Amino acid sequence: MTGKNLTQSAAFLALRAAAIITLAVLFIIIIYIMSNGLRHINTSFFLQGPTSMGRDGGIAPFIVSTLYVSAVSLVIAAPVGIGSALYLSEYSKGGLPVRIIRFCTETLAGIPSIIFGLFGFVFFVVSLGMGWSVLSGGLTLACMVLPTIIKTSEEAIKTVPETYREGSMALGATKWQTIVKVVLPVSVPGIITGIILSIGRAVGETAAVILTAGSSLRAPVSITDPGRTMSVHLYVLTMEGISNEKAFATAAVLILFVLGINYAANKTATFIRRKV
Amino acid sequence: MKPAITIKNLNFYYRQVMALKNISIDIPANRVTALIGPSGCGKSTFLRVLNRMNDLIEGTRIEGKILFNDTNIYKDMDLMKLRKKVGMVFQKPNPFPMSVYNNIAYGPRLHRKISDKELDGIVEKSLKSASLWDEVRDRMESSALGLSGGQQQRLCIARCLAVQPEVLLMDEPTSALDPVSTAKIEELVKDLRDKFAIIIVTHNMQQAGRISDYTAFFLNGEIVEYGATREIFHRPVDKRTEDYITGRFG
Amino acid sequence: MRSHEKWVQGILFILATTAVLTVLAITFFIFSEGLPIMVDRGVTGFIGSTRWEPLSGSFGILGMIIGTIQITLGAIALGVPVGLACAVYLAEIADRRLEKILRPGIELLAGIPSVVYGFFGLSVVVPFLREHFPGNGFSILAGSIILAIMILPTVVNISENSIRSVPGDYRSASLALGASHWQTILRVILPAARSGIAASVILGMGRAIGETMAVIMVTGNVTKVAGSIFDPARTLTGNIAIEMGYAAGEHREALFATGVILFLIIMVLNFSTTRFSRKAGDVK
Repeated sequence: MTGKNLTQSAAFLALRAAAIITLAVLFIIIIYIMSNGLRHINTSFFLQGPTSMGRDGGIAPFIVSTLYVSAVSLVIAAPVGIGSALYLSEYSKGGLPVRIIRFCTETLAGIPSIIFGLFGFVFFVVSLGMGWSVLSGGLTLACMVLPTIIKTSEEAIKTVPETYREGSMALGATKWQTIVKVVLPVSVPGIITGIILSIGRAVGETAAVILTAGSSLRAPVSITDPGRTMSVHLYVLTMEGISNEKAFATAAVLILFVLGINYAANKTATFIRRKV
Repeated sequence: MKPAITIKNLNFYYRQVMALKNISIDIPANRVTALIGPSGCGKSTFLRVLNRMNDLIEGTRIEGKILFNDTNIYKDMDLMKLRKKVGMVFQKPNPFPMSVYNNIAYGPRLHRKISDKELDGIVEKSLKSASLWDEVRDRMESSALGLSGGQQQRLCIARCLAVQPEVLLMDEPTSALDPVSTAKIEELVKDLRDKFAIIIVTHNMQQAGRISDYTAFFLNGEIVEYGATREIFHRPVDKRTEDYITGRFG
Repeated sequence: MRSHEKWVQGILFILATTAVLTVLAITFFIFSEGLPIMVDRGVTGFIGSTRWEPLSGSFGILGMIIGTIQITLGAIALGVPVGLACAVYLAEIADRRLEKILRPGIELLAGIPSVVYGFFGLSVVVPFLREHFPGNGFSILAGSIILAIMILPTVVNISENSIRSVPGDYRSASLALGASHWQTILRVILPAARSGIAASVILGMGRAIGETMAVIMVTGNVTKVAGSIFDPARTLTGNIAIEMGYAAGEHREALFATGVILFLIIMVLNFSTTRFSRKAGDVK
């Protein structure tokens, strides 16, 4: 009798312990980095550039690079991704083309970032002659976030009720008009969630960016200039042992950014839920 | 004859709604008791009170006494032990995604360490009692999901029998089955009656008439009338019972 | 209006093929840069030798393959039990308050950049190991610990989905037979969910194998094969990332060849996941 209950209590205790351990790890990481990093952050950290190779000064050019590279990647990946999602959910009739596209999307999602880095280097930097630049980095990142945008956009589009489409078509609208005026507006929150998540991924990416956007200390002006993103800067600071304080500060900025992204993604997700 | 289960003044609530009102009834052992009545009148709810499956639903409350072997099943009885003694067969057959053998062996393995030989014996006996042995003896290791609907339901019955219950609760066990399988299960119920108290919820009045010894008529959460099946069907006392049986409503 | 529709469909189709073209391009370029040296020197020599000395022209990646396997297995050993336990907890017995923090928490874990994980590992885990265990802290164990944390979200999410999609009928049947909740979980629900759980483990492995930055920062990147979990090691990804900055000529080709091997390993893993997902469909 109690034997069974004892086993169950012990088992459930272990399960609860696993959940608590997971949360504990998360809190330790965040608190450790924030507590050591926040004290080195002030406004000049965000507004100034680095001096003596990053031992002093701020990370302003790196913030610029990060924004620039992410923007380029999204400008490319969003239309392609949303368009692909539209094709897959609204126009295709299944069969071989669709299966190949889906298979390739899944494959892309699983390719390691270093491989993307190698590819970006050979293709964008060398073959197409773009050199280490925001453009090369942005294009490479676009390839990496494409699967995420396709998947989340497709999900968002699929949840639009069929009745909306039927209503629109019954009024004489073409398929494309229905998509633009009815389907897309309704799926916008879901698509935006996917884009927000992709921004998070793009900003945190290091291996692919370091091989394609370079690691110049100056802020990029044109799209063909090289640039160092915040993640790459953290990596360089750490591996070359330049400055522990600045490393903590940069890491803290990155953590703040992740917290912000997650918060934004959750807000749009709850917005969707409330509408439904 | 001592009743298998005694229910006294049972009230059952789903949050604010009173689903069962003042039910008092003795379920006889070694007999088949049918529960009939229109949809949504509490028959299944009542059944699930008897093996405390309603405990799984949030917001349910119960008043009154339910005695099984003189023990209050809500206060003084170990939940797992109760469910061994009071088995349940569901409306939709729900065999586990395992082999036929492992489905039947599941119950006995739960409660104690048991030798393979003893297990083999229990499995064979249960399948024979459920009239399924001949059909599956050569495919004991194959997946139970590969059996037909009627076979799956008999498998579920065998699975119940393997833990040696005293009471069998059956919640519309044939409503998802074809007529041939239904007939087989009705035969089975008649065979099992001598060894167990069987309570069967059914929408099919002819079925109740065919296989049960006693019948309880449920209406709006109450038992309007309860008695020997012959009496209920041929000489109902309450007008509502008569109206239901003659098809004036329900 | 008909032709207008055809244009739209055409454009969208072309956009949709971008994913396909990208995969093809990646495969083409990686292979074309990396295959020649393997063909020249022989594949067995490349994969089978542990001598990696670019300066003398020896390129054997067996040491890196072993290092990747060691760290990945360690990550699985640490991450899967915790992840599976969290998944069971969330799907079966979570109490509201803990669940409300746990879910966003796991999403957060998934969002932290790998370089930040590496930085944390370097600042906390490595010194800790150095103090209490043999070696200087840069080790397989450090890599496994950090990778285990990184694959947690993958394992938890996919396993939880798998557990949740086990039909409620099985649960009712088990409980009605007198089983406890835990017995039901252990004997019916987890076995029924096993293909999904296996898929989550394989995806976790893929993630661990493909991880670069976090691993570089904590495993020491020594090319000698590790003898114990406290020894340093180098992974395939680490090999590429570290030397790519200054490699030229044959050396660079060898790095691309490392990429080819890495790519193939990941592809094989991805194939086996699809195999597992199809199996789950068959059972029902």
